[in-house]
Parts: sequence; structure tokens; C-alpha cells
Amino acid sequence: MRGLVFDIAHVLAGTLVLVSFLELYQDRLYALLNVFALHALVLALSVAWQAYIQNAPHLYITASIALVFKAIIIPVSLHRIIVLFGIHREIETVGGVGLTMLAGIGLVALSMVVMLRVTAGDDPLTREDLAFALSVVLLGLLMMVTRRNAVSQVIGFMSIENGLVLAATGAKGMPLVVEISVAFSILVAFIVVGIFLFRIRERFDTVDLRALDRFRGEQG
Amino acid sequence: MIRDFTLQGAQMLLVLLLAPLLTGFVRKVKARFQRRLGPPLIQPYRDLIRLMRKEVVLADNASWLFRINPYLIFAATWVAAALVPTFKTGLLFSWSADLIALIALLGSARFFLALGGLDVGTSFGGIGASREMMIASLAEPAMIMIVFTLALVAGSTQLATMAAYMNSPEVGLRMSLALGLVALIMVAIAENARIPIDNPATHLELTMVHEAMVLEYSGRHLALIEFSASLKLLLYISLLACLFAPWGLAVTKADSISLAIGVLAYLGKLLVSGFLLALFETTIAKMRVFRVPEFLGAALMLGLLGTLLLFVSRSF
Repeated sequence: MRGLVFDIAHVLAGTLVLVSFLELYQDRLYALLNVFALHALVLALSVAWQAYIQNAPHLYITASIALVFKAIIIPVSLHRIIVLFGIHREIETVGGVGLTMLAGIGLVALSMVVMLRVTAGDDPLTREDLAFALSVVLLGLLMMVTRRNAVSQVIGFMSIENGLVLAATGAKGMPLVVEISVAFSILVAFIVVGIFLFRIRERFDTVDLRALDRFRGEQG
Repeated sequence: MIRDFTLQGAQMLLVLLLAPLLTGFVRKVKARFQRRLGPPLIQPYRDLIRLMRKEVVLADNASWLFRINPYLIFAATWVAAALVPTFKTGLLFSWSADLIALIALLGSARFFLALGGLDVGTSFGGIGASREMMIASLAEPAMIMIVFTLALVAGSTQLATMAAYMNSPEVGLRMSLALGLVALIMVAIAENARIPIDNPATHLELTMVHEAMVLEYSGRHLALIEFSASLKLLLYISLLACLFAPWGLAVTKADSISLAIGVLAYLGKLLVSGFLLALFETTIAKMRVFRVPEFLGAALMLGLLGTLLLFVSRSF
């Protein structure tokens, strides 16, 4: 039984890393949104499984927050923003999917090396969970670095938060208050970013962030 | 000894008999999804028999290589198919070659197919051959990476040992195996020229890869080429089945009951995977050729990630 418990937690956390890679692979916005919804769904499953094995009912609330906010509300509203802006056909120039994925592999290797050194002697379940969580965070950062479109940067930001939640649930003992406040701050951030999207769009007629560089005087 | 030979012979005959049926089944299911009636299940057999009876038309400048090519390709594919456990592991031939040898056999079949495409000197053959080589140069590293992952988990590259290990209770749910499964499915799709990479039913020049190379074959040569394409599809499905769904496989015992269970389970697996393949092909559109490197690059990355995770879990 112990083996199966560990295995399922391992597979769910690993799937989250895999879905992060899927996000890096997608270059169309709708597909990216669908993958992000999947990301949140896997996170919800993973947190629910942690709640079950740690006997911690408050984690079920975390799981349902992830499910409702991140798997349903945020993707749907981003979808509407994309429709509103008419940018659904835009293909992003990512600078080579292959290269990005290679960098992603490097980041996963890095987080494995770092986390396994740092947490030596802990419960293997926690160690692996932390290593996976750090990879998800780093992959989200990579996503924000390599994308130019503001909408996909938002998605990268949300993925980072997903990784943090995974780390927090694996570490046993994040209070519910913290979780709820994190969830709401994410929601607030989402609203602020949404408003910013509209402002950028109004001002520059595009959500391509390269347009901002010109106004900072970086391109002559 | 005689029993071993019979079992091995039975497997070789079984794959030969089932391969066209599987192709027919996939076509039928696809047709049903598109609300067409579709050809009957035994249509591929009829095609093969008819092609066998027709005379061979050769181009004037076709060399001897072009003529022996179909036989070489068919032989290599058939031998490879004989090595994969279908209803029983540890057959007579399986000890003489492992998974890497299997990849080499398929690789040489592909090499001769591409040479045949170039031999006559038509432009389509050249396009097909160059595209096929591009796909191969991406698919084979991915395949080797998957083999490494699986071999590290199972502790062997011998298919019989691997299938026995996967069937034993000591193998748990491992992320590396899940990554290997996804990557192997992606490679299998590319290797068999199925839809996101290549369309097996196309006759539009710009999109052809496999079809462009076999354009010049006719009569019994074409029959053999088509037959080996069906065999290859069956081979990859058997490989996926014996590595990731080895249930029902007769592992050590060879009494008639476990063999019967093995054959029935094998037929069931073919049915399910054929249906899933048809479903997948119906829901997805063909990719541009320039996107193929991304697709197969992703398979390579997954294999790499699987190996990486394996070293992590080892360190516990």
C-alpha cells in the first residue's frame, strides 16, 4: 500500500512537470489555454491526493480552489480576452521550440540536483515533490522569459504559482489562511494584469511586448 | 526443441496473418468515424492477392537493387516482427537479438526503402527519400533514448526479460515509464507514417512521404512493400503492448491454456489499439513537414527526461 501511495503522488507530480513542458511546446494561444487548464486540473488532483494521504482535510479546499479558479475561471476569462482582442490566430515566435525544451530539460536537471542535495535525509515523498515543484516553477519562469505575448506571460506566471502550491502541499503544514490569501492575491494579480493588457492594447494596438521596448528608448 | 520451433513458427505466421487485418480494421473504423461505410475488413488481403497476380512494370533505368529491394525490406520487417513477444515471451528467436537489434533491423529496412526511392531517379522518389531520412534521423535518437530508459528500469535490453519484468508485481507506477510510453507512441506514429506526420491514404504530391518513395513499385513488389508497411504497424503495436500492457502474456508456462489466454489477450490489445489509432487519426490534422522536427524533438526530450528522472529515483 505504501508503495502505491508513493507511486500515485510521484506520477501526479511528474505529470505536472510534463504538462509544463506541453505548455512550452504550444505556440498557439487557444491550445496554450487548454494546456494551462489541464495543468491546473493535474495540480488539483495532486493536491487532493496529498490531502488524502496526509489526512489533511483543509488541503481539499486548496484543491477545489485550484480546480475552480485556475482550471475554469481564469482560462475562460483569458479565452474571452483573446476573442475580444482578436489575437486568436497569432502564432508566437518562440525562438525555437526545440531550444526552449532543451533549456527546460536543463532546468529540470538543475532543480533535481539542487533539491536532492538540500533535502537529504527527508521523507522521499517530500523530497521528490519539492524537486518536481521547483522544476514547475523554473519552467514557468522559462515560459515568461521566452514568450513575447502578454497573454502567454500571464499563463507562465500562473504556472509558477501552481508550482508553489505543489511545493507547499508536499511540505506538510501550510496553513489554510496562507493558501487562501495566496489564491486571492493571484486573482488580484490576474485582474491587474487583465487591466494592464487592455491598457497596453489601447496604447500600442498590440499585446506584443516588444512594442514596449521602443518606448523605453531601447531600440533607437 | 520441436515445440520451440512450432511456437516461433506460429508467431511468425500469426503476425503475417494478422497484419493486413489490422490495417483493414483501422481503415474500417476510420471510415465509420467519417460516416462512410468503408471497405470490408478483408480488403487488404484482396489487394495483396490481386497485386501478387499482376505483372511487374519496371522503369528502364531501374537497377538490380530496385528489384531485390521489396524482398529485403519484407524480410527485415518480418524478422523484426518475429522477435517481438506477441502472445508469449521468450520464444526461440528472441534470445538471438535484443531491442537495439530490432531497431537496427527496421533501420536497414528503411535505408533500402529510401535507396529504392532514389534509384529510378524520379523527383517524387527523391523528395520522399529525403523527407523519410529527415524523419528517421530524428525518430531514431528518440527511440534509442526510450530504449535506454526502459532498459535502465528493467535491467536488460532483451525484450523477453523486459516484458517479464513489466509483468511482475515489482514494477510500480513510475513517471519514467509514463514518459517512455508517451515518447514511444510519438515515435511509433512517425515511424509508421501515420497522420500527424504523414498520411497513409494520400496521393497528393506535396504531402507524400512514404507513398512518394513507393510510387514506382508495381505488381508483387508493391504487394510486398504494402505488406511490410502493415507488418511494421503490427510490430509497433505489439511492442507497445508487450512493454506497457503485458497482461495475459504467457511468460514462462507454455501449456495450452496460458497460450490461448495469450492469443486472446493479444487480439484484444490489437483491437483496442487499432480503434484508438483510428480515433486519434480522425481527430487530428496533418502537420506541416517543418513541424515534424518539433514533434520528434519533443519525443526525444521526453525520453531524456525519463532517463533523468530515473537517476533521481535511484538516488533515494
